[in-house]
Order: sequence, then C-alpha cells, then structure tokens
Amino acid sequence: MTKTAAPGSGARLAEEARGGSRLALSRLLTAIESRTAAAEEALRALYPSAGSAHLVGVTGPPGGGKSTLVAALTAEARAAARAVGVLAIDPSSPVTGGAILGDRIRMQQYAGDDGVFIRSMASRGHLGGLAGTTAEAAAALDACGFDIVFIETVGTGQSEVEVASIADTTVVVQAPETGDEIQALKAGLLEVADIVVVNKADRPGADRAAAQLEAMLPPLPRNGVEGAPDGRPRPKRPQVLLASGLENVGITELLAALDVQRRLRADLPHVQAARLARARAQVAGILADRTRAALWSDRRRAETDALLEAVASHILDPYAAADQLMGLARDGS
Amino acid sequence: MTDRPLKVLIAKPGLDGHDRGAKVLARGLRDEGFEVVYTGLRQTPEMVVTAALQEDVDVVGLSILSGAHMTLLPRICRLLREEGMAEVLVTAGGIIPEEDIAALKEAGVAEVFGPGTSIGEVAAFMREHAPQRPG
Repeated sequence: MTKTAAPGSGARLAEEARGGSRLALSRLLTAIESRTAAAEEALRALYPSAGSAHLVGVTGPPGGGKSTLVAALTAEARAAARAVGVLAIDPSSPVTGGAILGDRIRMQQYAGDDGVFIRSMASRGHLGGLAGTTAEAAAALDACGFDIVFIETVGTGQSEVEVASIADTTVVVQAPETGDEIQALKAGLLEVADIVVVNKADRPGADRAAAQLEAMLPPLPRNGVEGAPDGRPRPKRPQVLLASGLENVGITELLAALDVQRRLRADLPHVQAARLARARAQVAGILADRTRAALWSDRRRAETDALLEAVASHILDPYAAADQLMGLARDGS
Repeated sequence: MTDRPLKVLIAKPGLDGHDRGAKVLARGLRDEGFEVVYTGLRQTPEMVVTAALQEDVDVVGLSILSGAHMTLLPRICRLLREEGMAEVLVTAGGIIPEEDIAALKEAGVAEVFGPGTSIGEVAAFMREHAPQRPG
C-alpha cells in the first residue's frame, strides 16, 4: 500500500460503499486489488463493521462445477432474502499478466438485483488458489452488509489450500470419476474441507464416488470433540453431500449444511484457532508489504539492490543479506 | 493511473449465437496482458451494464452480428451513463454497416472494428483511449 491518493478519498469510498453505492463498492475493490493508500484508509474504516458475514470458500479442480454450484447457492440464498457477495478468482498468465475471468458467465441471472454482487479477481501471480488481496476484498463485502460471501478459488490441484485460511467454512467440490479411493487417502485439499460436495450428481457413478470418499475419510471423533486429547492437530471429518448445481439438486441441503456449520462451529476451539491464524496471516502479509515498500523506497532502493547483487554473485550469503535488510527497513520507516 | 492491468469486459449483446470472434478477441487481449471478463452470449443491456459496474472495467467491448446494434448499443451507452460510468470506453465489433457507424459514435461508442481488424489494433486503441483513473 504505497501508492499515493488524495487523503480522505478512501474514507469517502468506504462511507459510500457502506451506504449502499455499488459503484463505490466496485471502485473500492479495484483500489484493494491495486493495494492503494486509499484502499488502506477504507479498510481501516471498514474493519470494525466486518466479521458478521459467513465467508464460504468454494474450491476444487477446474471444471468440477464450482461456478455453477455458487450460482445455484446464490439463488437459494436470495430466495431467503439474504444478500450474497461472490468473489471469483481466475488465474493470471505467468507470461503476460493477462487473465480470462470467466466465472460470471454461470451467474448472470442477477442483473439489476442489488442483493447480489459478483466480482471476478485475477490471481496476479499469487499462488495458492486466491489473489493476494482476496481476504481484504471479502472483508469489504462483509462490512458492506452481505450475509454470505462465496469465495470461489482458481481451479485447484491437491495442495492449494489457502482458501481455508480466509474462509469460515470450506467446501471442496469434486466431480464423479475424479479418481479412486487412493485419491481420497492423500493429504491436502480434502483435509481442509468442512463439506465435500460430489457435484454433477446426475452423472453415473456419483453415488459410488460419494460412498468411496466417505469410507476413506478419517473416523468420527469418539467423544464428538475434534482434535486429539494431547493437543496434536487432527484432521477433521468433512460432511459429504451429493449435489448438482446445473440440475439444482441438493442445493437446499447444501445451504442448510453451511448454516449448521456456521452455527455449531463458531465456538469450537479449532475454529477459533483458525480465526487467530487468519489474523496472523493478514498481519504478516501487511508486514511483508511494508517491509518491501521500505526497502524499495526511492531512498533505500540502491542500497537494497546492491545487497541483492552481492548475494547473486556469492559475495554475501542470503541470510546475512536478510539481516542487513531488516536493519535497513527499520531505519527506513 | 496505477500500473494495474487494463480490465476489459467482452460481451455479446443480443440473440445471435456467433461467439467465435468474441472468444478469439478475449483470448487475444489476455495475451496482450489485459484482464478480460468474458460473459458470453445473449446478454441484455442490463446484464452488460451490471457486469461492467461490478467488475469496474475500463473498457466494454461488444460483439454483435445480429443486426440489432442500433437498438442495443445506444441503450448500453445510456445505461452506463445513468449508472455513473460515463468514462468507460465502449467499443464494438462484428457485422456493422458503414452507414451506421456515425450514429453509433454519436450515441457513445468510441470505435467500431470491422472484420479483418487485428487484435493488436484493438489492443492499441484500448490502451490509448481507456480512461485515465486515479489508483
């Protein structure tokens, strides 16, 4: 957050967005994506109002039907007059920085409905399935009064689990015929799921896929409390549901399951630990941004680059360089 | 203006089903380093404008081959102005007769690209004419 803006412009954007201006909200999200000073000012103003939305991460492999499922869930939530925000992330090209943002194509029936706000985000080089500013964008929607915010990740592989660190509840969407039981045994994506949806339930093999998945999940905790008695982290057991976003099957049940997760889990120790982890990641990210900004400021850039060149030519080891840069960043603030 | 990528909405208003051109353009602009929101076929003017507003795009590129351009494109331009997005650059492509171009420009379409226009030309025009905005 180093770019300059007229002082007060962030606070004004925040106020207008909170007041219901969708244009102001949209401009605020652009500022957040660009990490401008106005965005920082707005987020500072909005943070106390955030925290009441249900942030639902929706992740899974490309083509599994995430967007279609989010569209169906949005329709279901709208039927109950709940305001829905959607952040749909698609990958940026590592070569040109360009991106095709194509998730909205499944979510078009809401034109003119102020209770739905859909925003695409390009990942802009961030790995892990999200954009680097998705958490902040979700906080903005949260503060502007959306009851549910769906965060749809880039089509993920087995280890892009970052969404679980910014969402309250994580849904992993799978299609039938995406692998045998061995895939369900592997560590990674399935471990962060609170709910696993076997989507495209109208396809043959969906029941079998759900049963196989169910059989391979960790056993239910004996005393009903997740986490081992000795405090070691234990995997949670996700709920497995069948659904079809396209045919609108199982969507009522899925939304109800999300609501139950939200209600029952709020006080569980591992959910509170996750909240603390989210705060830690957010602050750590800001620290990293600020450190970078301090080191590559006009005043410090030459010194910083000289140290990096010394590392590149093996005159200095990278740890010593990092120690010296920490000193520079402190002086530079 | 920050160094963020240009954000462009590519949409097909109206009822014709010929989306190859729009898809090729979307892909080509991606390769030019643009962030391209692609909403595909059969968009009403309201859908186009809602998407433009929620995505906060710099440019709206409309592909139309149905012959309904004199109805749909001025309506999109008018709705954009009503929603406070008068500065968004609107371009059109597809099959649009020469004699309609002046009226479309009068209505707010900045440029009309006919068949045979290269993606490089479109990208250069968008880069040059997209609104300068504070970060």
